[in-house]
Order: sequence, then structure tokens, then C-alpha cells
Amino acid sequence: MFCSPAVAFFVCFLLIPTGYAIWLSLRDSKVVGSGLTPGSRSEHFAGFGNYSAALRDPAFVSSLLRMLLYGAIVVPIMLGLALLFALILDSSVARLRRFARISIFLPYAVPGVIASLLWGFLYLPHVSPFIYAAQRLHLPVPNFFLPSTIIGSVANIAIWGGTGFNMIVLFTALRSIPPELYDSARVDGCNELQLATKIKLPMLIPALILTSVFSLIATLQVFNEPTTLKPLTNVISSAWMPLMKVYRDGFINGNLYLAAATSVIIAAITLVASFGFLRIVQDRAFGED
Amino acid sequence: VTAPTTRCPPRWKEQDVRGNQVLRFAALGVVGVLLAAGCSSSKHSTAAPSSSGAAPAGSSSPVAAGSSAPAAAGSSAPAATGSSAPAAASSSAPAPAAPGAVNLTFWSWVPQIGKVVDLWNSTHPAIHVTVNTAAQGDALYTKLLTAAKAGNAPDVSQVEYQALPSMVSNGVIDNIAGKIGSVQSDYSAGIWSQVTLGTNAVYGLPQDSGPMMLYYRVDLFKKYGLTVPATWADFATDAATLRTKDPSAHLTTFSSGDPGWFAGLAAQAGAKWWGLSGSTWSVNINDAATQKVAAYWNDLVSKGTIAGEPMFTPQWNKDLDSGALLTWPSAIWAPGVLTTAAPDTKGDWAVAPMPQWTAGANVTGFWGGSSTAVIAKTKHEAQAIQFATWLNTDPTAVQALVLDGGIYPAATPGQSVPALQQAPPFFPNEPDFYKTAAGLASTAVGFNWGPDVTVTYNTYTDAFGKAITSKTAFSSAVNTMQTTTVADMKKSGFTLAGS
Repeated sequence: MFCSPAVAFFVCFLLIPTGYAIWLSLRDSKVVGSGLTPGSRSEHFAGFGNYSAALRDPAFVSSLLRMLLYGAIVVPIMLGLALLFALILDSSVARLRRFARISIFLPYAVPGVIASLLWGFLYLPHVSPFIYAAQRLHLPVPNFFLPSTIIGSVANIAIWGGTGFNMIVLFTALRSIPPELYDSARVDGCNELQLATKIKLPMLIPALILTSVFSLIATLQVFNEPTTLKPLTNVISSAWMPLMKVYRDGFINGNLYLAAATSVIIAAITLVASFGFLRIVQDRAFGED
Repeated sequence: VTAPTTRCPPRWKEQDVRGNQVLRFAALGVVGVLLAAGCSSSKHSTAAPSSSGAAPAGSSSPVAAGSSAPAAAGSSAPAATGSSAPAAASSSAPAPAAPGAVNLTFWSWVPQIGKVVDLWNSTHPAIHVTVNTAAQGDALYTKLLTAAKAGNAPDVSQVEYQALPSMVSNGVIDNIAGKIGSVQSDYSAGIWSQVTLGTNAVYGLPQDSGPMMLYYRVDLFKKYGLTVPATWADFATDAATLRTKDPSAHLTTFSSGDPGWFAGLAAQAGAKWWGLSGSTWSVNINDAATQKVAAYWNDLVSKGTIAGEPMFTPQWNKDLDSGALLTWPSAIWAPGVLTTAAPDTKGDWAVAPMPQWTAGANVTGFWGGSSTAVIAKTKHEAQAIQFATWLNTDPTAVQALVLDGGIYPAATPGQSVPALQQAPPFFPNEPDFYKTAAGLASTAVGFNWGPDVTVTYNTYTDAFGKAITSKTAFSSAVNTMQTTTVADMKKSGFTLAGS
């Protein structure tokens, strides 16, 4: 009885839409002749045709690989930086803590699309202050929009935007560690570095797992940054990342059936990846007790 | 309004729900500070972010941006993001419908279309029209398809020419030939063919068009001793000469982001991408004319004679404004775009006919344009046709569309409304601008659109983007457009010639 609102919400806003997406993914439409006479288009059951079409699409496969590469860049760097900043802010050596915390966190408050527009502007050769400065100082001039550099350029935006949030999560977790632990460690002769690696890091593992899962899911859903940068350059294609392909198929090419099938595949990957990751790290982290 | 490209990037979409209002304002403040501090390269740098919002809107809807009202760009930008975008949804209904009046719903993204519809409502009490401007371009078509399925589609909608066949094949729009009186006589043959698909059917009434013409910098042409190119060969010579006179400038840029632009260039050369004979489609995207155009630009881009960067970016704005780009082969709505993209060059631009493939010829293509279509399931077809006819041919309506919406009317009588008697404010040096334009408009040719133009357009963006980056042949990009389009049509079940 008490959980009926929750169940209703779950059914209305998760179960039914998911079910409808799966239903759509098994359908397709076909026309006859010129397709222009009324009633010449009909919907039919397509089985797993959309799934095999999605999986056989080389653009989709390469977008998945690109996403893997992107995740391999973003997640470690972002979490590494977040951890580093959190530990520094928590240590007794830090100055201007409040200011540093806010300024590291602020980029997170910038909506992803706005951040991408801002960075896109900083990347474009003829308007970029970086490139202007490099030319003036006779330094090697970077090109942010090459096939080889674009993934780093996109990853940079995500790292810029995401580090602050993860830092706050880790920092909060650090603050909740009882200070007696530090006292006893110091009594035992720990210095600040040993304190960080021997006490703080192990205590942070649950928070690190949480932030990792969030980052992993964010990686699988990367869409805003590349979509916003796309019109600025020749190097981002319309199916550059998996979700961009879903958007293209569904909302530009009007093939909702294929888009639904691709979404289901991505959702399955997300589920498997997050739960798989949790499984592995939980065994590692808590299995030793 | 014309939306010549089908890419609709999500811009300034407030989809991000993290953070509260305070943080968001703080963030914007930080962005401002960063920009002010970081962008010392020129005074245009700080001006660019605001135009970066306007520019892509222009790319997905140049006529919207082409409106003299700056609000146009803002109103069109967020709508491009799809149905979830909190676009400037507005409905104009100051005058309530009279009792017993027929109620029509009209979807459109012409800037300030509500004002035009108010004119109708104040003079036609028996037919009340409510405007919905929630979406534009591809996002609107997706909504139309969904609404038609759900049975709550509007009665009338703006639909770009290249989207008509797909809307027809999805049963959203039906043939209205025989129910439209003598309105055809108001249109030139070239424009009319855009709503007939080359058959006897009529799928909408032409609203606006984008005949292409060449815009060039008069002052810089003089400075570098260039002559206005009469042919594409002259254009290539000018491009090469300019490189020797000023290595930092280019005559123009080839944009992988604007398939509608390329389609217009191809049509000028005589391309006919789709054909329909009986119930059989033919697809000839890689025909000789298109390959000729592709090879021409390929040569210029690969040698670096012209730039290969997309249009409608902050960089493009800066290059136009600073004189790093000397021409823009564009369409009649260009003055509005130049007003926001290159504000410092007012009075420096002139308009000329497009360079020709054959010396002495006089032909151009279309970039963009849209129609007013009557939705198949409407219960008030006669009234809907009456409204669509009024909107696009009545002098008062056309005058308002030009003034408030910034469109260039497709109907021939509409091209001489009072609003088009004087030059656009950005072209004070061209008093006869619209007279010249009307002359050029009559030489514009288009081709019949197919039922999956979005697929073709999207392939253009991907394939040409790749060809420019990896320095591969443009001809293979054109071939990719052909094979992808054919494969998609086959998969959808369309009958194709030669298969």
C-alpha cells in the first residue's frame, strides 16, 4: 500500500516507456510504389531486423569504440584530478580552501551545451585565444579539430565540467572520516602523505566506486559536447557517438524503429557495464574483510 | 522560412538540470569573465559568442536569421533541439474565436508569424487560426509524424520543399490539386515544381524561396584588383589571384555543413537528383552535373585556393567581418545573416548573379524555401486551403511576412510588395537590391525532391566532412550520397528505376 505511489511512478515513467521502446524496436514500416498515394505505408513486425541492422552498421560499431576510447581518457583523468584536489583541499597544507573548492566546482554549474559552445569558441583557429597566443609566442600551434585531436578536445570539456562534482563528493566523504583516526595515525608517526595513502584512500573507496559508476554512465551517454561542436568542424560525423546515432536515426532520418533498437542496445550495455563494474569492485573492495 | 540544411544542432538548450538558478547565474558570470579575460585577440572575439548562438540557427534556418529582426535567430535556435526543447512556444490568440467559427491550428517557425495570423483573425471571423511555433525544421517534422499518428496533428503546417515528399509518403500531407482555384498563376514554374514533385499533384502552396546569388566585398575586390566573376572559371582565377595578393584571405569557403547549399549549386549546373515517373523513383545524385560541381570545388579546396571550413560558425563570422572571406555564394536571405555575422562590413557588400558554368548563360539554383501544407487529416480542408492561399498571396499578408518574418516571398506578385521596394538596411549601397534579386529569382531552377532527403543531406555532411579532413575525392563523397540514398529507399520499399 505504502509503496503504491512509487510503483505507479515506476510503471508510468519507466516500465511503460521502456516497454514501448522495445515494442517499437521490433517494428518497421514499409511503403509500396512511389509511396505517395494515401495508405501506401504500413507498419509491420520486423523481429530483430532493426537490431541486426544497428549492429551491422560500421558507423555504430566505430562509435562504440570511439566511446570506449573517450571513456578511457575521461574517467581516469577526471577522477584522478578530483581525488587529487579533494586530498589537497582536505590536507592541512591547503590555503584559500573555500575559494579553491568553489572555483573547481563552478564549471559543473555551467550547462554542458554552454560549456561546449564556450570551448568550441576557444578551439576554432581564427578566434581562439590559445592559438593566437601560440602564434605570437612562436610556439607550436595546436589544432584542436584534427581527427587525432578531436577526441581529446571533447574529453577536455567533460573533464573540465565533471571534475568539480566528483571532487565535492570525494571531499565530503573525506570530511566524514572521524578525526580520531588521523590523531591516532599521527601518534603512530604518519606524515601527511602517508595519511592520505594509508588512511584516507582506503576510507574513500565507497565514494570512489560511486563516482566511477556515475562517470561510466555519463561516458555511455555522451551527447551534448560532440553534438554542439559538430557544426564547427568537419571531423565530427553525425554518428560520432552512439547516442548521436540514435538522435540522427530517430529525429533527423525519421526512423524511430532503428533508433529504438539502438537505444535498447545502449541501455543493455549501460546496465551490464554498471552492474559488472559494481560486481568486480565490490568483490575487490569488500571481499577481503 | 527556408531551412536549407537538415542538421539541427542543440544549441543553448537548457536541458541541463543540474545546479540551481543561482549557480547557473554564477556560471554565466564566470563564462563572461573567462571570455573577457581570455579573448584578447581582437575586439571581435568578445562579440563572437553571442553570434555563435545566432549563426547555427542561421545555418539550420537562414531565412529566420535572415530576418532583419535580431529576435529571429534567438527564436529559431532552441527549437532545433527536438520535441523536448523548451522552445519559444507561443500561441497567438489575442482575439478569441467567434462562436461557431472554424478553428484551425497552424504550425510554423517564421519569426513573428503570430502577427501575420492576427491580421487574418481580425479580418476572417469565421475561421480562427491558432499558431504554434514550438518547433522548426526536422524537429517539427518529427512532431508532425507523431501527431499525425496520435490523431492530433495541426490543420496547416510550414514544411520545407525538400521535406514534402517524406511527409506525403508518411500520409501526413495529401494531394490538394483541383481544390486550390487559380493560385498557380501567382507562381513561376521553377517554384511551382517544388510543390508538385514533377507530377500533377499539389502538396502545398509555396511560401518563400531562396534564389542563389553571389555576395562579394566591393572594397576588397577593388583593393586586390579582382573582377566580379561571370563564370566559375573566373571565380577560380579570382580565388588563385587573391591567394597571391593576400595569403591570409580566401575568396570563399566550401562548407560540409550545408547540404542545401550544395544542392543549389548542383541544381544550377543542371543536376536532377530525384525523378518520379508513374510510381517509380529514379535517383541520380551522382549525375554528371553534380560530379562536375564536386570536382570543381574539390580542386579549389585540395589546393588550398579556398577554405574548407563550415559556414555559420564563430570563425566564419569573424572571417567575413575581418575580410578573410571575400565572397559568399548564398541566397536572397543573406543580408540578414551578414547583418549579424559581419556587422562591421555594412555597405561593403554588393550582389551579383551567380557565376555561370557556360559564359553568357543566366541560371541559378535555390538554397532553402518552404511551403504551407494542408495536413491530410484536417476536418476543415477548404478553410485550411483558404488560409494557406491568403497567407502566401494576399498583399497584406505577404507584406507582413516580409516585414515581420524576414522571408522572400515565393509568389511573383508578392515580390513587389512595398516592403521590397527599398534595399535591405545592410546594403545602403545597393538601392536596387530587390529589383536585381527579383530578376535573378526568375532564373532559379530546382529539382524534384525525393522521399528521404534527410538521409541524403545527412550523408552529405558526413561524407564531405570526411573528404575534406582526409583529403579524399569529393566524387566519392557524391557517390556515397547516391548509394546511401538508394539503399535507404530500397529498404523502405520504394519502387526504384533499374532495380
